[in-house]
Amino acid sequence: MLVPESLYQRRTIPQLTWEENAMHYAAPETAQEASRLLAENTGSARVLAGGTDLLVQMKAGMVKPDLLVDIKKIAGMKDITSEDGGWRIGAAVSGSELGDHAGVCGDWPGVVEAFELIGSTQVQGRCTMAGNLCNASPAGDSVPAMVAANAVARIAGPDGTRDCPVQDIPVSPGKTSLGKGEFITSIFLPARGTSGGDAYLRFIPRTEMDIAVCSAGVSLTLDGSGTCTAARVSLGAVAPTVLLVEAAANALIGTNLDDAALEACGAACAAACNPITDKRGTIEFRTDVAAVLAKRAAKIAQQRAGGRS
Amino acid sequence: MALDEYQKRDFKIIGTRPQRPDGIDKVTGRAQYGADFYLPGMLTGKLLRSPHAHARIKSIDISAAAALQGVKAVVTGNDFPGGAKGDTLDVQDHCLARNVALYDGHAVAAVAATSAKIAQAALELIKVDYEILPHVTSIEAAMPTGAPLVQEGRRGRKIPEEYSDNCTGMCEFGHGDLDAGFAKADLIIERTFKTSSTHQGYIEPNACLANMGPDGRADMWCCTQGHFQVRNLCAQMMGMDQSALRVTASEIGGGFGGKTTVFIEPVALLLSRKANLPVKMVMSREEVFKASGPTVASLTDVKIGMTKDGVITAADALIRYEGGAWPNMTIFPGAQSAFACYDLSAVRAQGLNFLTNRPLQAAYRAPGAPQSIYAVEAVVDELALELGLDPIDVRLKNAARKGTKSSYGPTYDEIGLIPLLEAAKAHPHYTAPLGPNQGRGLSSGFWFNFGGETCVSLAIDFDGSVTLVEGNPDIGGSRASMSMMAAEELGIPYEKVRTIVADTASLGHNEVTHGSRVTFSVGLATIKAARAAIKEMCRRAAKTWGIDEEAVVWEDGYAKPAGANAGDHEPLSLAQIAAKSSRTGGPIVGHHEVMAEGAGVSFGVHICDIEVDPETGFTKVLRYTVLQDAGKAIHPDYVEGQMQGGAVQGIGWALNEEYIYGEDGRLQNAGFLDYRIPVASDLPKIDTVILEIPNPGHPYGVRGVGETGIVPPLAAISNAMSHAINVRMSELPMSPPRVLKAIKDKG
Amino acid sequence: MSKIHVSTTINGDPTEFLCEADESLLDVLRDRLQLTGAKEGCASGDCGACSVEVDGRLVCSCLVLGAEAEGAEISTIEGVANGEDLHPIQRKILEHAALQCGVCTPGIIVAAKNLLAKNPDPTETEIRYWLAGNLCRCTGYDKIITAVMDAAAEMRGA
Repeated sequence: MLVPESLYQRRTIPQLTWEENAMHYAAPETAQEASRLLAENTGSARVLAGGTDLLVQMKAGMVKPDLLVDIKKIAGMKDITSEDGGWRIGAAVSGSELGDHAGVCGDWPGVVEAFELIGSTQVQGRCTMAGNLCNASPAGDSVPAMVAANAVARIAGPDGTRDCPVQDIPVSPGKTSLGKGEFITSIFLPARGTSGGDAYLRFIPRTEMDIAVCSAGVSLTLDGSGTCTAARVSLGAVAPTVLLVEAAANALIGTNLDDAALEACGAACAAACNPITDKRGTIEFRTDVAAVLAKRAAKIAQQRAGGRS
Repeated sequence: MALDEYQKRDFKIIGTRPQRPDGIDKVTGRAQYGADFYLPGMLTGKLLRSPHAHARIKSIDISAAAALQGVKAVVTGNDFPGGAKGDTLDVQDHCLARNVALYDGHAVAAVAATSAKIAQAALELIKVDYEILPHVTSIEAAMPTGAPLVQEGRRGRKIPEEYSDNCTGMCEFGHGDLDAGFAKADLIIERTFKTSSTHQGYIEPNACLANMGPDGRADMWCCTQGHFQVRNLCAQMMGMDQSALRVTASEIGGGFGGKTTVFIEPVALLLSRKANLPVKMVMSREEVFKASGPTVASLTDVKIGMTKDGVITAADALIRYEGGAWPNMTIFPGAQSAFACYDLSAVRAQGLNFLTNRPLQAAYRAPGAPQSIYAVEAVVDELALELGLDPIDVRLKNAARKGTKSSYGPTYDEIGLIPLLEAAKAHPHYTAPLGPNQGRGLSSGFWFNFGGETCVSLAIDFDGSVTLVEGNPDIGGSRASMSMMAAEELGIPYEKVRTIVADTASLGHNEVTHGSRVTFSVGLATIKAARAAIKEMCRRAAKTWGIDEEAVVWEDGYAKPAGANAGDHEPLSLAQIAAKSSRTGGPIVGHHEVMAEGAGVSFGVHICDIEVDPETGFTKVLRYTVLQDAGKAIHPDYVEGQMQGGAVQGIGWALNEEYIYGEDGRLQNAGFLDYRIPVASDLPKIDTVILEIPNPGHPYGVRGVGETGIVPPLAAISNAMSHAINVRMSELPMSPPRVLKAIKDKG
Repeated sequence: MSKIHVSTTINGDPTEFLCEADESLLDVLRDRLQLTGAKEGCASGDCGACSVEVDGRLVCSCLVLGAEAEGAEISTIEGVANGEDLHPIQRKILEHAALQCGVCTPGIIVAAKNLLAKNPDPTETEIRYWLAGNLCRCTGYDKIITAVMDAAAEMRGA
């Protein structure tokens, strides 16, 4: 099937189309400018923070943005500041940067350990919690811990700034509730308070480098006698989006996390699971192990809150 | 060649651990691998691949792609001139389809353009009209009559009627009376085992740069384990003389058998010929998984009978392999190796190969043996457990030894299995205490090792340094070992010898770097070439001194008069002889060409401890010991490296690695994210014990070591798992969902 | 097709290049700047063979855009040795035969160097977890770990 010479001298119409589809890159210095670029784009624009999901998807041909808006040059995006006893973490703060911050590590070790489980050391040098959240994978590691911590995302958009609880950001795999022109500028972790502790565990078949097969984030508060007065239990990779399992939390509240309470917590988690069977795990496996992880995470959170193990 | 090469001696250099010659380049980023070559005017080549597991190509319209500015060539499989025949035509079709796509990812067209971007855009402009056909991707689906047919006319000879036409080959090995043997057994265990297809997992994707001129001659750089093989395959496919194609092997970033054939190289040549420009092609990681050569998957039945004091009275295995959409011969080494570790009077190993709509398999470190020996070693372990016998004692009782008629035919000479088993038994690992949820597993392993075509040339340069020219890509440090052997023979420092891997125009044919053959064969040839050079240097010295050639000896790098003339003349160093070589007859070069034989089998024994989390099935490898017979460890660091590397690949195979196909016949895990090879944090140190039972076929006793290491881990880990969770496992990988299910099903 | 002009510093040298918006830093290093020490093993951040440092942080260069190098300090394998003087990690890898094919070695060296700058006395476990993103298929990691621990010891002693 030899190609006739004449075909090599054709006009360049294909080239024009291809050139129009070429990607552009912008690195604005203000949130308004970034928001404007995103809002005015008529094709598909994507926010670039760490790029550890976006560039992978681009290479695989899964997304073909015509504009990347790099938010790392916007003032404040890399800041970690104390606020109202809690911590405001800029959307472009990387895993390794957060891991270096003693304040956040001390208050929210569960959130930090969850975030630090994403990828490799190299990925940690770039990935961000906001990016992990907005990628909206059911298995994103930082999300269950943030949900358990009751974290709040601050969003910049064409109509100004608004806050939104982290659990309301992902709506389905790959989709968020953000509107056109909106992007997250920071994540707020509330004041931990004394006698609070959190933990995150995930199941992967190796020791590193895997997507979570299932995961659990638990945050709880104890009173002086070691009784749990508040709890949030969140599960990952067992439903299209992260689950906040109230029944599991209620099973812990009012108890000192004895075996019966933990069993009830696990059972509530199992009942709430709605996973799929895929190349990483079966429905049965994810359900069983999510319950196991929730119990184990609860115990670690209890320890961190100053209770008995 | 008689097996009488070996001579025991004391070594000065052999057995030490000098630094490798390519080392500094590799720690500084200077070394050039397959994708590190660039030529002026170079084009980028890319392949369009079928998204269907099985489809007839009704038509391909390349006109829009060819018209795109920057595109310099577009080709399909029908552009090959038609020189390829038989197996080579199969390989060609695997590289680039002619009329039918036979697996998900099968290349159907190729483009060369002035940039990767343009090439990619051109691919998207190619219109292919597929007629989708039914597919099969597993042995179970491919086996029965009535199964969708992968290819017409491939049914093997004398295949039993119960199997479909996807069965391309059969083999049988063994001897003795099985029925009589089983009748004598006190306990017979029969089990079926499954392993999945795995990939060699080399970190460097296949890459090449082809440069064909209007005169019909071509140069190619590629990462390969065998550039002569690449040359010969490509020349046949391109209708060229072998001597018209010169292939240079780059440094290679891993092969393990997967780079012993061609995938993109013929296509790059085809594109380069059409474009009259150099064409570079580099596979993406996804392409490597989908369209290079993974290993065969297996379904194996093993039946072994044993007396209550541990003697195996009969052993029978039926191995069924699938290796993709074209026939392959892996059932031969698979069936031959299955019982190779045992001295048996009644044994049979049969093999059947099936076609599936998957990429054509390529070798993966001891091809066929890990799968078959896994099954055998698991049953031996279960028999020992049931009879209350120590696993090593059982193996010692039945171990192959000198004089054993092997299950595959030849009678063994001196071999190292019994010393290995004894060393394993005496090793502290074997008796270290175990904790809760922990289990210990043991396995023997074996590989034949090969010789093959070898050509080496050793030049004594004027200043007394030495250039050793060989033709085998260095995948594990072999250049250092060659330099060591040459230096040992010549009696000069290691640093004085430079070993290079030359291109295909510089030497006669060299068999691929595989079969654990290089240290053996190329080493043998190097030693003989050095001896030839020594003979010539002695002749020159004799001439200089005016004495008889027979009256000169070579000692420690010097020619010395001997016999009646001893002491009459000052010894002449290699450097001195070299300096005046032009006056004594011309340049001094020793060379050796051989079809090397006498490779010497290599046995191994592995012990491993694992711990299993009973609530999740998560498995941690706690401790791992590899014992192997190397014959003679030329460079012990590199022998250890082969043992450790093979063991870790086996660990990955046992615990997490597998090809996952969907109902649609598409590969679901074509990347390192979901094709899970071991990472650094998954593993403990891998302890090594090297034994040296010399191979009579090599002057220094060398046995190949590269492949045996991957054979025992599958059963070692499986046996450990079976002990840890008290459930006999018979399917790999033993990933956590499978392990947890086994634990829960047991109740 | 308009490219982006980038000014950056690579291994201490001021460097300028043109690249397209979607080109990775890895593509730029290899194909535009002839720094082929960083390797592409997967292009998806799973293998670490492309590891470089950007402003002192260990990253996969396949997951960084060339455009993002603007104003940054990039360190690659080519900048690890000081002329003829190898870094202790490089020397120890050679001494302990901690490479077979060597294709993962540049990434391992950059990663290990980054670790030892942060943590001069890591445990074996800490090294293994730090290097989990650097796949090696040849060595089984054993000799690599030995080499890194020995390099750390030498650097502490020196």
